[in-house]
Amino acid sequence: MNFEGYRRQDEKAGTRNYVLVIPSVGCSQGTVQAIAHGLKGVVDLPNMLGCGQVGEDRMLVKKTLVGFGIHPNVFAVLIVGNGCEQLSPEEIAKEIAPTGKRVEIIVIQEVGGTKKTIALGKKIVKEILQDAAKLNREPIPLSELILGTECGGSDYTSGLAANPAVGAACDMLVAESGTVILSETPELIGAEHLLARRARTPEMAKQLLDAVAWWEDKAIAAGQNIREANPSPGNIAGGITTLEEKSLGCIYKAGTSPLEEVIPYASYPTKKGLVYMDTPASDIEQLVGMVAGGVQIVLFTTGRGNPLGTPITPVIKITGNRDTYLKMRDNTDMDVSKILQGKETVGLAGKRIFEEVISVASGKVTRAEKMGQRDFCIFKKNINI
Amino acid sequence: MGGRIKVIVINEKDNVATALEPFNAGMTVSVKVQGRIEKMKLLSDIPMGHKFALRDMEEGEAVIKYGEPIGQTTAKIIRGEHVHIHNVVSEPRGGLG
Repeated sequence: MNFEGYRRQDEKAGTRNYVLVIPSVGCSQGTVQAIAHGLKGVVDLPNMLGCGQVGEDRMLVKKTLVGFGIHPNVFAVLIVGNGCEQLSPEEIAKEIAPTGKRVEIIVIQEVGGTKKTIALGKKIVKEILQDAAKLNREPIPLSELILGTECGGSDYTSGLAANPAVGAACDMLVAESGTVILSETPELIGAEHLLARRARTPEMAKQLLDAVAWWEDKAIAAGQNIREANPSPGNIAGGITTLEEKSLGCIYKAGTSPLEEVIPYASYPTKKGLVYMDTPASDIEQLVGMVAGGVQIVLFTTGRGNPLGTPITPVIKITGNRDTYLKMRDNTDMDVSKILQGKETVGLAGKRIFEEVISVASGKVTRAEKMGQRDFCIFKKNINI
Repeated sequence: MGGRIKVIVINEKDNVATALEPFNAGMTVSVKVQGRIEKMKLLSDIPMGHKFALRDMEEGEAVIKYGEPIGQTTAKIIRGEHVHIHNVVSEPRGGLG
């Protein structure tokens, strides 16, 4: 099966066709925002980092910005630096160049201030927009789709309706040789051994368990023992018996496929099928990590409702809570509450979601896109210096 | 009662179903298992969101939901009985924890 996407020079395929303006440092973020303002098809990244991160954090910031730049939903890139930052525009541009897409750099200190930089930046992106408009969508096999999964604002309907339905849709994409990303490592706790059993190799199982141990140790050091505090008394009253059950309700949104690969934050998968990315559970950092890893579409389940979107990748919001769907129409794309009324099976709801994935991948606008939600925050492990 | 199914079986491997509304002991419910509708008599009160057994389980058997073991039984459980913290514990994780 196919979706209608944009073929890039590096053979990757996009679901959107944006001109991306990246501030290599927080100091040029305001200027970048002004460059993109009012220009349809131009997206700015609200990046506040780029100076003051050292070691692994510097690597995470660079990897994330580069990941957005090389992303197949991006037609071309303009990087705006201030001029004295630790993460230079050239360093980012060098990593994006091999995709063959156009990468421009402007530096505020060289151009001579904000006004001139905004004028020059607008001139460049307007010129790029003309080329971007010439590109048409063409049929792309679903095997080239990388789908991200996420749950936020969960309630009792999440584990019973929305997550199982999304899981069914994910299994359908894997059956088409597509790729599904599961992440949010702290939320695996309690069911990590069950997911590890689905790993193709013992090494991969160990990678997964090590990732969980890292987060669990961090949480304990910060004063929270996730394993001991869950399931909570409220969970138990609601019918959740064990932590395995609670965590499986979350994991199940990625379906039942074997685990083909475990990758770090903001990394592109090299395998098809179900891939695990080690990310925080914090929604924006998690979404940004997945997008920086090439995710072209996201299925986001919610019980209570959630407005989040990403700068360049469409997010489809799905709820099993009818009240939330009616109350949060601005933010919610799909209602699967009929599963809980016994009027729709999980499999049929999954099929509806799968069809929506193809529509959105082919250009249908999601609620988060309509609302202009372009949320962005890079995960890092240490303090800024 | 109408024709609606008021319980959900999430994965075809599951040996428990989840109640979508509260039930009293002695009530008969319809359960859709592997595309087939079965009538089942409940042996316990089942609050909304809670689970009951789809078949008899021995002590120490895995309770399956989402197609995966969510714990093991600490007593024999009869089909139609409430399955919760009084008769299920987390599975020992072996050397994996």
